[in-house]
Parts: sequence; structure tokens; C-alpha cells
Amino acid sequence: MSAISTVAASRYERNSATRETPWLKYTLLGLGLGYFALFILMPLIAVFFEALRRGWGPYLAAVIEPDALSAIRLTLTVALVSVPLNLVFGVAAAWLIAKFEFRGKQFLLTFIDLPFSVSPVVVGLMYILLFGANGWFGAWLAAHDIRLIFALPGILMATIFVTFPFVARELIPLMQSQGKEEEEAAIVLGASGWQMFWHVTLPNIRWALLYGVILANARAMGEFGAVSVVSGKIRGATNTMPLQVEILYNEYNFAAAFAVASLLALLALVTLVIKTWVEHRAADGQGAGAAGTEKPA
Amino acid sequence: MMAIVSGAARPPRPAHVLPGYRLTLGYTLFYLCLIVLIPMAALLLRASELGAAGFWNAISEPRLVASYKLSFGASLLAAMINTVFGLLLAWVLVRYSFPGRRIVDALVDLPFALPTAVAGIALTALYAGNGWLGSIIEGVFGIRVAFTPLGVLVALIFIGLPFVVRTVQPVLEDIETELEEAAASLGASRWQTFRHVLLPLLTPALLTGFALAFARAVGEYGSVIFIAGNIPMVSEITPLLIITKLEQFDYAGATAVGAVMLGFSFVMLLVINALQSFSARRLGRPS
Repeated sequence: MSAISTVAASRYERNSATRETPWLKYTLLGLGLGYFALFILMPLIAVFFEALRRGWGPYLAAVIEPDALSAIRLTLTVALVSVPLNLVFGVAAAWLIAKFEFRGKQFLLTFIDLPFSVSPVVVGLMYILLFGANGWFGAWLAAHDIRLIFALPGILMATIFVTFPFVARELIPLMQSQGKEEEEAAIVLGASGWQMFWHVTLPNIRWALLYGVILANARAMGEFGAVSVVSGKIRGATNTMPLQVEILYNEYNFAAAFAVASLLALLALVTLVIKTWVEHRAADGQGAGAAGTEKPA
Repeated sequence: MMAIVSGAARPPRPAHVLPGYRLTLGYTLFYLCLIVLIPMAALLLRASELGAAGFWNAISEPRLVASYKLSFGASLLAAMINTVFGLLLAWVLVRYSFPGRRIVDALVDLPFALPTAVAGIALTALYAGNGWLGSIIEGVFGIRVAFTPLGVLVALIFIGLPFVVRTVQPVLEDIETELEEAAASLGASRWQTFRHVLLPLLTPALLTGFALAFARAVGEYGSVIFIAGNIPMVSEITPLLIITKLEQFDYAGATAVGAVMLGFSFVMLLVINALQSFSARRLGRPS
């Protein structure tokens, strides 16, 4: 899990060896927060400002317009399919890597990380080369009248690829640090594999699991590059919300584009709130878990 | 426990006390092949079908070379700017108390959570000639940002911003104040302490953050295309040219460029892995 500031800044500010002269402190504060305002805060405000520029009436009209609703439905469908699939994979991969020793583990870890560093456009291209009209399986698919590219399956595959590592990445270091004594004790005491997983493993990893899921969900709903290559951008059919934003924007329908964009920005804010909350719960839970006071919910 | 079980029952082969080894190994490899390895193999095999000369011709046309210069140059510059300001922001978040610190801390991750298309149109609205920032910059300095290579830089700074902050922040929090107290008691100035005591400890994290931001920026598409203007030879990024080639049914060209970008991703992944283990060693932690 990423950083959370648990250290109180006052411990540096009270210590003459770790504090700067006031003018330097306020210069650094000003520069740092100025940079933050310029590149994070202002774009965020701009989304909502542009969306509501003409008032709530046009805003709501743009959000409940049929093509927008269809895009919202498609985006939710994509997230509902891709996130659970990657959740199951993440748990399986983390179990394998954290609890067993085998050759090629480091190699496997590198491949699990790979989707993070591949350009989204290249991801879309890969699936076009496999399943597109010109691809490896293109002729066979066409002969059997199956459409994967420019249809929902292609969008799903591209989204699964780009969200592939999120859950696994959160679980692997946590489960490695937890070791396997607790699970071994459960098995030796006669628990079945499923009982062990449900009563021992899952309570230990639930916060990291939730953390991985919300990050994967945010990416699944917001993915643009990979999906734009394989979607074909058919209005009302294969347009996800980010693609709908692009189409409206390119038609100079800025108010509607920003209205749909504002929904995605709200999603991002909700994601950050849950993420921050989970980080604090996990930080608290570590102490509580060590003291043995964790109870199943 | 392991030792007792394996020692008593079957000495040559280590038995697993825990269930699920075969199941999770099989499933992990199956899913990895299906989602990641087969599509990647398809791209690399299709690229190899072009032959060395065909591949070279496909990736060396002038419009592409101009896009490499822009993509790599702007990504490098954005990552450098984010390294300096990311360190500054991490410093401010760890060392100073100010109202709203927790909100700023949480919002630093916005570029990870905000869909790139949304970031793209928001930055374009801000930096266009009639935007809040664009009008000021154009009025005062006479510089256009949106629809120029400078716009590409702005978008890449946005998406790379969290990386250095998030790699440096935990390291900075872990540094004991005793180090600075010792430096101060020996007569070091604040700058000398930073330069000779703190900076060496932060360098691995800074390098890792820089590499992560750079790798991400080179492949970035969504946040850039709106603000770039996409003028051939001037402000086209490499990922955009893959899409352009696909739209023109130039599959060979798209495949060749895609293979180049995939190769770059591999290299960056290895560099980042090496930096992270270097980082872990430097801090004396098991990786």
C-alpha cells in the first residue's frame, strides 16, 4: 500500500536540528502547494466548473441523454466483469507466490507487473492483431460470425489487461510478510482448505483486497487508450464513458463532454476517499491484529 | 512444521502443508497466458514477420522519428520536473503541518484515479488561449501552451506527478531525526545536512520515482491527445501514430511501432526492478 503520513510533522518542527528558518519553510510550502494547485487542484476544479457553466438544467439533460446513459451502463458492465475476474486471479497468484517456493517465481512476478508498463494503445493493438479482421483468429471468427473486436468482448479483454496487476500487487507483499504459520496451524488442526481461506486468510487480507479492488475499479471505469483502439466507438453500443467524453468534446459539445467527465471525476474522488479510509483502517488494523483483537465482521 | 511433515513422510520431495499449490499455479499460469502472454506473443511474432529491413523501414519514417523525439523528450523533461517538485511536495507533506495537509496528501493520487480523457479535456480547457491559465500565460509571456509540444509536457507532468512523491514520502518518514541532529551538532548548515546526509538516502527512491514517471509518460495517450493539437512532425506522440496507422489499415506499420514501444516497456520494467532492489538494499530492508 502506498504511503500515509502517520508521522506528525510537529516532531520535526519542534526540533531545532530538523527545522528550517521560517522564510525558507514558507518558500518551500508555497512552491510545493503552488505546484499542487497548478497541476492537481485547478484541473479538478475546471472539470466541475465547465460542467456546470450553463447551470444544472443542461447538466442533468446531458447526463440522462440516451447515449450518455448507454455509455454509463457499458462502463458499469465492463467494471462488473473485469474487476471480479482480476480479483480471483489476484488472490490465486498471491497465494501461490506468498505461500509456496518454486523456480521462476521472480520471473512470474515480473510478468504480473508487466501490464502496468505497457502503453494502453499497444494493449489495444495486441488484441486487434489477435482477433481483428486481419488478425490470427480473424478469418475463423468471421466465418463463425463472432465479433470480438469493436464489440463488448474486445472492450472487456483490453480492460482486464490494463487492470490485471492491481489486486495481485497489493496482496503479494502483504501475504509474504504475514508468512504461512496461521494457515498451517488451521490445516494441522483439521480445517478444510476452504475453511482456512475463509476464516484465516481472508480476514488477514481484507483491507489490501478492498484497496486493490477500488484501484482496479477506478482504472476499469476510466480506461481510455486501450479501449478506444478496440471499441470502434459505436454510439449507444460500444462507447464507454471516457469514449463518450472524447466524442462529445470533438463535436465541440463541451458542456455535455464535461458533464459526463464530471461523473468520472466524482468517481475518482470517491475512489480517493475510500482509498484514504482503507489506508487508515489498515494502519490501525496492523496494531489491532498484532494484539489479537481482530474479530470477524 | 514443514520439516517434520516432509522429513517423516517423503524426504526427497518437499510436501506442502497448505493446499492449493497446483490449483493456483495452474490458474495463475493459464490466466497470465490468456490475458498477457498470448497477446504479447502475437504482437512480437507479427512484428518479426516484417523482416529486419521491413521493420527498420516501418519504424524510421520521418513522421515517426519526430514523434519519438517528442514522446521521449517531453517524457524525460516531465519526469525531471516531477523529480524536483515531487521531492519538494513530499518534503512539505512530511515535514510541515498546515491546514488541509491530509486533503493535499490524498489528492496527490488524483492522476492515478482520474480517467486520462477527463484530465486531457480539463488541462486543455485550462491552458487553451481562452482558459484561466492559458490566457494569463499568453498575455504575460506571449507563449502558447495548448496545441503545442508545451501542452504535451503539461499533460505528462500531470500524469507523472504522484510517482516521485509516493516513492520518496515513506523513505523520508523513516529517516531518523538523530541523523540530522548529529549533523547539526557537528556544525553542518541545513543545506549541508540536506545535501550530504538526506539526499544520499533519498536518491534510490528519487531514481525509482523518476523511472516510473518516465515509463508511464512515454506510453501515455488519453491525457495528451486533447491538449497536443496533434500536428504532424510537431506535436504528435508515438502512441497516437499507432492509432493513426490502424485507422489507415497499415497493420504492419502499427505492429512495428507497437513492438518498439513494448520493447521499451520491457527495458523500463527491468530498470525499475533493479532500482527497487537497489533501493531496498540501500535501506537495509529485504525486498
